Amino acid sequence: MSISEIIMLWSDNRGLSLLIWAIVLVTAMYLARSSAHQSIAAMARSVRVALRMSAASLMALEQRMVKRNKQVILQAGQESTERVIEREFQRVNTIVERDLSGYPAAQRTITDLINKIETDYQASNETPPSPPEWLEAVDTISRIEKGGDSTVSQVLQSIQETIESAHEETVKAYRKSSLDRLQVLKKMLPSWRGLSQTVSSMSTAVTDLSERTVFIDKQMEKYERMRRKDDQVARVLTSSSMTQFFVAGLVLVIALFGGVINYQLIALPMSEMVGGVSQIGGWRTADIAAMVIIMVEVAMGLFLLEALRITHLFPIISSMDDKMRKRMVIITLTILTILASVEASLAYMRDLLALDREALAQSLVGVAAGNVEFRWIPSIGQMVMGFILPFALAFVAIPLESFIYASRTVIGLATTSGIRLLAYTAKMTGQMMYQAGRITIHVYDMVIFLPLSVEQLVRNRKAALDIDDVDGIIVKSDETSGGVKS
Amino acid sequence: MKIYHLVSTLVLCSTLIACGAKAPKSKAVYMLIDTSGTYTRELDKAQRIGNYLLGSLNSGDSLAMARIDSGSFSEKDIIYKVTFDMRPSMATTQKHRFKRQLDKFISTAKPSAHTDISGAVLQAAEFLNETQAQEKYILIFSDLEEDLVRGQIRDFTLPLVQVKVVALNVTKLRSDNIDPRDYLNRLDDWEKRVSEGGGLWRVVNDLDRLDKLLDS
Repeated sequence: MSISEIIMLWSDNRGLSLLIWAIVLVTAMYLARSSAHQSIAAMARSVRVALRMSAASLMALEQRMVKRNKQVILQAGQESTERVIEREFQRVNTIVERDLSGYPAAQRTITDLINKIETDYQASNETPPSPPEWLEAVDTISRIEKGGDSTVSQVLQSIQETIESAHEETVKAYRKSSLDRLQVLKKMLPSWRGLSQTVSSMSTAVTDLSERTVFIDKQMEKYERMRRKDDQVARVLTSSSMTQFFVAGLVLVIALFGGVINYQLIALPMSEMVGGVSQIGGWRTADIAAMVIIMVEVAMGLFLLEALRITHLFPIISSMDDKMRKRMVIITLTILTILASVEASLAYMRDLLALDREALAQSLVGVAAGNVEFRWIPSIGQMVMGFILPFALAFVAIPLESFIYASRTVIGLATTSGIRLLAYTAKMTGQMMYQAGRITIHVYDMVIFLPLSVEQLVRNRKAALDIDDVDGIIVKSDETSGGVKS
Repeated sequence: MKIYHLVSTLVLCSTLIACGAKAPKSKAVYMLIDTSGTYTRELDKAQRIGNYLLGSLNSGDSLAMARIDSGSFSEKDIIYKVTFDMRPSMATTQKHRFKRQLDKFISTAKPSAHTDISGAVLQAAEFLNETQAQEKYILIFSDLEEDLVRGQIRDFTLPLVQVKVVALNVTKLRSDNIDPRDYLNRLDDWEKRVSEGGGLWRVVNDLDRLDKLLDS
């Protein structure tokens, strides 16, 4: 039975039939009003409850994820700070080993120098030989009045000469002694300088150590805050992670462009090695081979930087003993150099092929091939690029590591934001569904407004009658108040 | 997570290798050059088409050129044939050699007394089938006016299954100008013969549209 037939069920007149249907429907709706209202309200409530429960679950999940993200960020921060502190301690160790391990020797040197200086000082303190004690008595005698006696005068003259001679000898001896002291002091000069240098170098070492310890103290404080799960530190680390994510992403995009250029350099000549026609899975084998070479270069770069302990993507490489790591460095560097050489030669071959093709094209269109000057410049340029790019690509491991570590945080943040949005949407939808239920009830009543109005009218009349009856009873009771008729 | 990119790349490469090598979608082109009568004056156009083919075909493709003369069902009429090497440098060398042969033929070609187009097409079909190329073309550079030697039998179905036959530079003869129906009948007859043999027929008279010559 089609819809049209159902509409025309009551009469051939469409309008009349529709009217009958409307009356039937309204009557049915009026009769089922109470149940319908309850059903609609119950449905709206249940939808709201379900969505609110979902929202609550999502919020709980979001909280768990926030907590987990914080743990991850703090853990990463702790690991990073541990590495920084470890490196600082290594530097301190180097300073101590390099500078302060020589402290006993330096101390001995200083002591020796001080002893030497003291000895020299003592030596320089020696007093010059004093004139004989009898010289004063003789000097007094020589100053006696000579009078007129020539003998006495001669004697006194002789005494005076003796005194002067003795004085000259004393002065000479004093000068010699002063010169000796000066020589001793001169000898002390290198000792003072040596002492000053030793003390200065020790001072530098101690100052450097002091600076390192201040830095270590700061890092330790940061580390302690991380261990205490400080919110501010977590926020700082998150922000730092986001910055790292975008910076590393930018560098990776640059590296990607480098890879594309590298690919363009070697894809064409690769067909000389693997053929220009064969395909694998719809891709030219030469293209895949070029791609594989670039991938291998990147992988070698990863291993090289791992072995150098610059990156930490593969714990197994980091934990290798130093001898093995050194071997790995040599092997990866050798492979990388070989691949770079292969690329350089391929780049040269590409240039030759391009020249050959150009010559053929010119020959086919009947143009004589001309000699182009400085044709060697792009050839050399391509070769150099072919050699340099693999090494440049090798360093992609550094931004890759940063990107991977930072993406863990960024993905966590994005997921929590998504979940939060989902929870909010669920809550809003629940509320809207509840309101929609209420609106539906009102619309339902609007559809059956006619019987409802009639019902209201009947009720009002009945209520009015009831009031009249009550009033009559009251009047009656008032009239017979206390059983006494007024 | 740490080595996600590396692992995904390795998986991709392994999958590609696992797919195995596919057969190359190669082309084989056999060009027939009419050397009968006054048509030899058109040979410079044939040279242009030859150059275009040399510039268009790649490693793994095959190219052959043969003249149409009095008895064309013969290997002797093949000017030069080659399957281009997989290595681009070798393929370029082969193209240079091919061009030299073509130039030599164009400069030394002599008019033939009769025109055995059917025999030439049969020879071309044999060559193309041997190449096992995916796309096979016979390019007929001729006015399509067949003039057989008495006694030659050529009224049989040509084996041209999946071969695209392209008539190039089909010039109008003096008699065609008197009654153009001769020209149209000539084209219709050849289309019918090619279709009966299982081939696809096409006519390209405008040599400025050579870029669509080898379209699938």
